[in-house]
Amino acid sequence: MSDDTIHAAPTRHAAAEHPLRRVARDFAESPMAVVGLVVVSAIVFVALFAPWITPQNPYDLRQLDIMDARLPPGAEGWSGMTYWLGTDAQGRDMLSAIMYGLRTSLSVGVASGFFAVCLGMTLGLCAAYFGGAVDTLIMRLVDLQLSFPAILVALILLAVLGQGVDKIIIALIVVQWAYYARTVRGAALVERRKEYVEAARCLALPTSRIVFRHLLPNCLPPLIVVATVQVANAIALEATLSFLGIGLPITEPSLGLLISNGFQYMLSGRYWISFFPGVALLITIVAINLVGDRLRDVLNPRLQR
Amino acid sequence: MSVFIVRRLLQSLLVIVVMSLLVFAGVYAIGNPVEILVAPDATQLERERVIASFGLDRPLWEQYLRFVSGALQGDLGRSFVFNQPAISLILQRLPATMELALVAMAMAVGFGIPLGLWAGLRPDTIAGRTIMAGSILGFSLPNFWQGLMLIMLFAVILGWLPSTGRGPTGEIFGIETSLATHQGRAHLVLPALNLALFKMSLIIRLTRAGVRETVHLDYIKFARAKGLRTNRVIGVHLFKNIMIPVVTIIGLEFGSVIAFAVVTETIFAWPGMGKLIIDSINVLDRPVIVAYLLVIVLIFIFVNLVVDLLYSVLDPRVRLQEAKA
Repeated sequence: MSDDTIHAAPTRHAAAEHPLRRVARDFAESPMAVVGLVVVSAIVFVALFAPWITPQNPYDLRQLDIMDARLPPGAEGWSGMTYWLGTDAQGRDMLSAIMYGLRTSLSVGVASGFFAVCLGMTLGLCAAYFGGAVDTLIMRLVDLQLSFPAILVALILLAVLGQGVDKIIIALIVVQWAYYARTVRGAALVERRKEYVEAARCLALPTSRIVFRHLLPNCLPPLIVVATVQVANAIALEATLSFLGIGLPITEPSLGLLISNGFQYMLSGRYWISFFPGVALLITIVAINLVGDRLRDVLNPRLQR
Repeated sequence: MSVFIVRRLLQSLLVIVVMSLLVFAGVYAIGNPVEILVAPDATQLERERVIASFGLDRPLWEQYLRFVSGALQGDLGRSFVFNQPAISLILQRLPATMELALVAMAMAVGFGIPLGLWAGLRPDTIAGRTIMAGSILGFSLPNFWQGLMLIMLFAVILGWLPSTGRGPTGEIFGIETSLATHQGRAHLVLPALNLALFKMSLIIRLTRAGVRETVHLDYIKFARAKGLRTNRVIGVHLFKNIMIPVVTIIGLEFGSVIAFAVVTETIFAWPGMGKLIIDSINVLDRPVIVAYLLVIVLIFIFVNLVVDLLYSVLDPRVRLQEAKA
């Protein structure tokens, strides 16, 4: 993912060195960010290939043994299999469940992020390019929405729409698009006044071409930074909503649902059912934020040396 | 100044009208509350009586108008479930939520600003780096999971603090609050900490960023050159300027603390508005959902107004712009 991120980040200051290379080198200067990047890549790998690398398929009932229920981490089951992270109430291997959970959480986060970027970017660009009433309308909508916390907006939307994977993705898109629209508009307003846009206009290029081919690439750096952080936020929000019981249905066990399932066992000291999915969630979010933090510094023209 | 306030109030009024429309229309689409209100074996006559008594047989716009005229008289409808006025249900639970939010905010500000100042003034020391690493952690910890872990650690393993409920309340200046009793304070610690950690990280980062940008500016150098004591330079000259974004965020985040209390209240079984709204969503108790949202909107608008006013006190440039406009 971050490879793409870097590729998609051209900077205007084309020095002797290729800008991508500069971004990559600056990025690598922070060891924490590199660790973050490695962890993110590993998590994406696990999420993509979960069915092939997990010790068992946690949702294939034939592979579960109820006698193995609620075993502590490191215990050996009846079949001789070692459960490194313990098992839940159905005798499900937590390690496998977490890997499958990552798959669900990441795909919901990335899918909603992608659509939110598309929507927010288009509206933000339109607002900046056309100005006037279009701008006012879109930005008032953004203001109105951003004056309410994401969790509240999502809560209400899910109450209206009901449960389901598509519903939660819609809710996450609605929650996120405004951030992208505002970011892109801010960047585009600055870019719009520059000579190259005027030049493109003088060449009588079609508006859509000016907006998407000329304006957009120059607005990407701040967008990428916001997108990284927002994907982490979306994953956390989805987990929260699933925990509250209004997010994903039980047929799509994300990390939030795993944690929620373990809640009832926690007070009796069986911490692992909630603890390890939470750790996986935490590591994912921290790693994405580390990468995002570094990208913010690298792509910020004000901090360029 | 008064022009500014009047204009802001008008804007706020518009927001309230738009929100009430959106919320009412949105919540109307949730589903048919009749299915919940009426027993499955009820006769057709009973069904109709219930529908008529709640006004559910009227067209949507008429229901909305009735709702608005009621709202203006402080009547936001009766809860389908509790058969009590929705607004009084919300107001009964408002103090518990406000108490939680205020204590959480106080924690976040009380710890966040000093830590942020420290990290900003000494960015390369071990303490500075640790504070920043901690704030990244606080930022990334999913709120609900962090709450579970607090319960795990302080209630289950160490057994120091209670994990559920509000505990006994007492009265301070006529306000009923958990802060008045020792038991109540013990009950408050974990939920408030749970709510505060995220905001604390935010305030640390914001303060640090402000300090880092400001310490190199000329006016700070000038203040130093005048021979002012470091404490005065930091406490007055620096502090006033970095406070602008921090005050904004404190104000804006106060609303989000109240919203996030939904999660905290669910985990810690805190009897506030947040728990009520989750329960109401689950049973489609429409008047309560609408009333909750309108109360939240009012709180948000009030907070934003206060933030704007504070802002213009802190930053003379804003005052100038307003005078011109």
